[in-house]
Amino acid sequence: MKFNEFKQNAANSRRMGDVIFQAVTKACALFLLVLVFAIGWQLVVSAMPAIKAFGWDFLLNESWDPVMGEFGAAASIWGTVVSSLIALIIAVPVSLGVAIFLTQIAPNFMRRPVGIAVELLAAIPSIIYGFWGLFVLTPWLAEYVQPWIYEAFGNWPVVGVLFQGPPMGIGLFSAGLVLSIMVIPFMASILIDLFNTVPTQLKEASYGLGSTRFEMISKVVIPYARVGIVGSFMLGLGRALGETMAVTFVIGNAHILSPSIFEPGTTIASTLANEFSEASGGLYVSSLLYLGLVLFLLTFVVLICARLMLWRLTYQAGGKR
Amino acid sequence: MKMQKLLVASLFCVGAQLASAQQVNGAGSSFIFPVLSKWAGTYQQETKEQINYQSIGSGGGIRQIIQGTVDFAATDAPLTAQELKENNLVQFPVIVGGVIPTHNIKGIKPNELRLDGETLAQVFAAKITFWDDARIKTLNPGLALPHKAITVVHRADGSGSTWMLTNYLSKVSNDWAKEIGSDKSVKWPKGVGAKGNEGVANYIKRIDGSIGYVELAYVLHNNMSSVSLKNAAGNFVSPTLDNLKAAAGNADWAGTEGMAVVLTNQPGATSWPITGATFGLMRLKNTADVNAKIKTFFSWSWRQGAQQAVDLAYVPLPLNVVEKIESNWKSQ
Repeated sequence: MKFNEFKQNAANSRRMGDVIFQAVTKACALFLLVLVFAIGWQLVVSAMPAIKAFGWDFLLNESWDPVMGEFGAAASIWGTVVSSLIALIIAVPVSLGVAIFLTQIAPNFMRRPVGIAVELLAAIPSIIYGFWGLFVLTPWLAEYVQPWIYEAFGNWPVVGVLFQGPPMGIGLFSAGLVLSIMVIPFMASILIDLFNTVPTQLKEASYGLGSTRFEMISKVVIPYARVGIVGSFMLGLGRALGETMAVTFVIGNAHILSPSIFEPGTTIASTLANEFSEASGGLYVSSLLYLGLVLFLLTFVVLICARLMLWRLTYQAGGKR
Repeated sequence: MKMQKLLVASLFCVGAQLASAQQVNGAGSSFIFPVLSKWAGTYQQETKEQINYQSIGSGGGIRQIIQGTVDFAATDAPLTAQELKENNLVQFPVIVGGVIPTHNIKGIKPNELRLDGETLAQVFAAKITFWDDARIKTLNPGLALPHKAITVVHRADGSGSTWMLTNYLSKVSNDWAKEIGSDKSVKWPKGVGAKGNEGVANYIKRIDGSIGYVELAYVLHNNMSSVSLKNAAGNFVSPTLDNLKAAAGNADWAGTEGMAVVLTNQPGATSWPITGATFGLMRLKNTADVNAKIKTFFSWSWRQGAQQAVDLAYVPLPLNVVEKIESNWKSQ
């Protein structure tokens, strides 16, 4: 009898512990959800004066004139998207290469040190990249790379317009390059972990069937990990979209919409960082918050796209089986 | 990133509120921060009184003093007499500084290049695009100006320097006043933006054929090529502490309500035209004790701290202005 009671109590208290644990973890998860909605709501409320004043035109208007009180986000959105795209165009192949080399090709003694170096790079604060970009990278770009690109491609039809402008080393291209250097270690370290999860049996089986190493990587490793690969690119893109300090240092911070990637531009995040502290007047502050809302939604859309792509990929993978 | 910034800003506010029992808290202009923190440090050593100042920008300082979260604020652009009355604030000048256009043209030494207000406005508005433009040449008959494109470097962050420069350009050029106007950030027709004085100084050094504007301290410490400007009296003057001081001395402090004197384009044979004061703001109805502490601190700073200000390339307030402020305080 006593023993049974004891057992019952123990079971009760264990159940009690479970209930509390469940409640706590649930509260943590819900807290995040509430936080996201609260931030979004707060942004909408504070941006309301600007939303009322400019409406959708805000997204298409290039002008950013604090004196006249006329604000538009087009230049900032353009700069954000273009610099992030440049970053991805460079970072995707490089980080894939780094990860494939380290997990599939490099001799064992190299893997750990280089892997740790990649993770260290991923942990460097962005302001350091900004300084490095400003003092080391941009002078070098201005001196050697940009004049050379201009000579080579500047006169081409259509493409040439991308490379116009004085070679200052400051502009969208430099921002994209610094961003790519920031997201490469970030994406590479995810990809390394990812490729390490590919079962050895699969790889050995493909060798057994007579695959070359390239065939094994392209037909087994990458298809096996493709969902995660897309995810890592999207995470990298998300980081590039919101990056502030490093970009501010090298992008030139001009509210100008130019097709040339050598011209200075601006991004949403760097505009906010630059102008928020001295912004006066309700409409100015509210327009900055509207910009913040646009960035919030832009990141949200990227995440949704990533989700959709992942669903499609898993669906395709399921269909083939 | 943006959220981080907001969070940090709000933490500062909370911190300022919590600490307000022991010390006097101020916030605002970053222009004044180096000299104010120097003064506060020495003042604390000598008197054990703690003055705490957060360099969050003039706009932020004004917002906080109106909300009552700080005891004093500093702003580069003075509030109007009406704004002061509406928010129950007292305004007084604290220190004088200047904005200096500097260039990077190979072979031209500091202060050799002469510009007048209208020409400077056209350069910054990108209406003059080459250094050997006829309008620049007529002002500089003896100089060998290269056929080099002009790159304008401006501040990317909202700043008192931009306000001072554009305020001057609006006074001397009708086109500038109409098309661009004056504020802490404006719509630059062309050019690159850099963050802070150090950013602008760095870009100017880097870009061949560039022109930008920085505070006097950066010109003196970094050996930058400043220009000589034609002042209201028609003389070409170089940016020196004495010439900035002349602008402050020639201003009509007593006759301006709220002491809201804008020091750009002042009369006087040697006045540097782009000079400006940073202003302090106090609440009219703060605890008498706190306001007394603020007044004692600034009176001490203007007298004992004058040399420190000069060392940092600021212009201390002329003594007659200090006395004027103090007699105003007594009558309030």
